[in-house]
Amino acid sequence: MTASADRRWRPPPFIRNPWLRWGTLLASLAYLYLAFSSLNINWDRVQQGWSRAQTLFSGFLTPDFVSRTSAIQTGILESLTMTVIATVLGVLISVPFAFGAARNVSPLPVYLFSRAVIVISRSFQEIVIAIFFVVMVGFGPLAGTLTLAFATIGFLGKLLAEAIEDIDPQQLEAIRATGASWFQVMGYAVVPQIKSRFVGLSLYRFDINFRESSVLGLVGAGGIGATLNTSISRYEYSTTAAIILLIVVTVLILEYASGFVRARLQ
Amino acid sequence: MAVRNVSLEVGAGEVLALIGPSGAGKSTLIRCINRLVEPTRGSITLKGEELTTLRGQALRHTRRRIGMIFQEHALVDRLTVMENVLSGQLGYTGFWRSQLRRFPQTVVNRAFELLERVGISEHVDKRADQLSGGQRQRVGIARALLQDPEFLLVDEPTASLDPKTSRQIMRLLLELADEHGLSAIINIHDVPLAQMFVSRIVGLNQGEIVFDGPTGELTSEVLTRIYGEEDWAPQREEGEDTTA
Repeated sequence: MTASADRRWRPPPFIRNPWLRWGTLLASLAYLYLAFSSLNINWDRVQQGWSRAQTLFSGFLTPDFVSRTSAIQTGILESLTMTVIATVLGVLISVPFAFGAARNVSPLPVYLFSRAVIVISRSFQEIVIAIFFVVMVGFGPLAGTLTLAFATIGFLGKLLAEAIEDIDPQQLEAIRATGASWFQVMGYAVVPQIKSRFVGLSLYRFDINFRESSVLGLVGAGGIGATLNTSISRYEYSTTAAIILLIVVTVLILEYASGFVRARLQ
Repeated sequence: MAVRNVSLEVGAGEVLALIGPSGAGKSTLIRCINRLVEPTRGSITLKGEELTTLRGQALRHTRRRIGMIFQEHALVDRLTVMENVLSGQLGYTGFWRSQLRRFPQTVVNRAFELLERVGISEHVDKRADQLSGGQRQRVGIARALLQDPEFLLVDEPTASLDPKTSRQIMRLLLELADEHGLSAIINIHDVPLAQMFVSRIVGLNQGEIVFDGPTGELTSEVLTRIYGEEDWAPQREEGEDTTA
């Protein structure tokens, strides 16, 4: 035995009270068990699904670009057009909201208003917004374009506002001290600090908008999604496969291009 | 409240050093002068003009007359040296003109002159974050001087610099203040450095002035009043005059 007795040490548990700790664990397990037993899993349908999946995937082994060439072409082009217009429009509109939503450069009323706009844009999933716009302006790519532009405002507005709030306040102060106006302070102290992030985010949103545009067709808002949807409901799985392959390739190209531009910007 | 009951008058062409412990309110005090911090009450005048009530354009026009030099220089890292210096003219230039970097030729000439005077004319188009600490502070000084100021606020100009560079920067500041006939308040926590270069010292403690007098009167007893009880003896050693 050494002179000083061994002192036991264990890392402190997340929940200190042992009754509460074990009680919480037991309750969670009981809940999980009940939740699973309430699920009605129909094993017959799972089996049928398996054989249907086989038809679908066998179609994927023989992608058919030929039978519906013109439909696919129009769809992809429509998607790309929607993406470009929506991204440019959305980015342009989001910039003032981003500055407005940055607490370090905007007065409180402007801040609250800009944040509200951004929150509204962000609180709806694209499909939900698309349904609204389809009701408002009818089926077709216009509804899709408006949807993507609207979603871009929330995305870019929020992330750009955060970039602005993260800038070095000393540089801001130094430019203010020269007697510069608010716009000049933005131009000289804020823009240089957020420029590369702004370009990066815009390109990233371009990617996202293209991917979203392939889904919006499902609710009638134009783009390649409409063609995709039609091919599935006609059981033309080979055409479906061709479309999905094209979407993947396009996304890859966009990804590569935006990565290239962002790397050059640093 | 960071600063209270402070009464300070700086004569034309006079340079004073403001010393005091961290948190004494030195930065707040000078930021009240160009209203980067809003004073809650009191009065600040520049050549007889009241500054505390100014708003909008009048405030910006007054800020042009007060050059400021910052701790850690506060250059815009991603702009070039020239752009940083030219930003000293923002208060005199319209938005589009400044945004397109189309400053009047006289201003550009003056910027080149100042860069030459502070000794960094060969780095004009380098990005500010590529310069060393001392070089950056020189750019900061050129930016403040391009404002054509009547008054300089200098906030810990040497805080991030080595002893030799600190002395060079202080010497440059004092020379330039003299050349342009500028009054200046220099916040500094390096007391020996202040004693070397400045003839009037103001000591701030917990937001109040506890000493205001010529450098010669800055005894151990006064330093204790400013900073609190400490053995001040080593600071009185000879050996501060290693000229660079």
